Amino acid sequence: MTETASDNLADFLPRRRQMLAGTLAGSLAALFGAGPAQADDVVLADPKAYPTAAFAQKTEADALKAMFGRTATVSPKISLDAPDIAENGAVVPIAVKTDLPDVTAIAILALDNPFTISAAYRIPPGTAAAVSSRIKLAKTTTVLAVVEAGGQLYSASRSVKVTLGGCGG
Amino acid sequence: MANTILVRANADGETTVVQALIRHPMDSGFIKDKDGKLIPPHYIEVLEFAHNGTVVLTAFWGPAVSKDPFIKFSFKGGKKGDTLSISWVDNEGMKDSRTAAIM
Repeated sequence: MTETASDNLADFLPRRRQMLAGTLAGSLAALFGAGPAQADDVVLADPKAYPTAAFAQKTEADALKAMFGRTATVSPKISLDAPDIAENGAVVPIAVKTDLPDVTAIAILALDNPFTISAAYRIPPGTAAAVSSRIKLAKTTTVLAVVEAGGQLYSASRSVKVTLGGCGG
Repeated sequence: MANTILVRANADGETTVVQALIRHPMDSGFIKDKDGKLIPPHYIEVLEFAHNGTVVLTAFWGPAVSKDPFIKFSFKGGKKGDTLSISWVDNEGMKDSRTAAIM
């Protein structure tokens, strides 16, 4: 396991050194309350659902058209939480949430990345319109949060300055 | 495959907060190895969470999601002991899944 992985794990496991040294599976089961696998309850991720074309686009307009088939209007009801300066572009925490009603999807775009769309989430009814995750930024860029709500598309943006790019090269 | 999925789901009676960490290289396709050769893109494409068999979140990820990705979200309902299933598949067809009890 690499340094990054250990750092991430630290969020979960304060005593990670001890945890990793011990019987990992047993400890995790105890920590996370994981039961034995119950095959009936597992909903398997469907690779055919992946919007391959949308993720291959290199501009905001093309990406939104491929993913949602429309353009976005700026909305003040979207909160996009990201650092002003990311020292390490490989791990940039991004949190999006919105008060808009009837949210069906949230997407995160980094306009100056090689591919525009970083991640997209399908939000079924009952799931909060708020997602936090971590993305890579190649260089200083505008990050765009796009929310599909009630059949319309809304966005909020924010500039993130990157001091060390996350795409290598 | 060793289990790649760490998940913690806590219910407070009204909502369930889910935090998950997946062990995956999430190679972007732009990084070179020490011999100067590009490491081909290798990343999770679809990640799905289901509560008692009903999907509560579908994530579509590109190669720009960080290595060993983390995700946090919440959904209405869910009580202690309910089943949360997590499943992912990547661009090379590798996959993993697990179930966990909501705490």
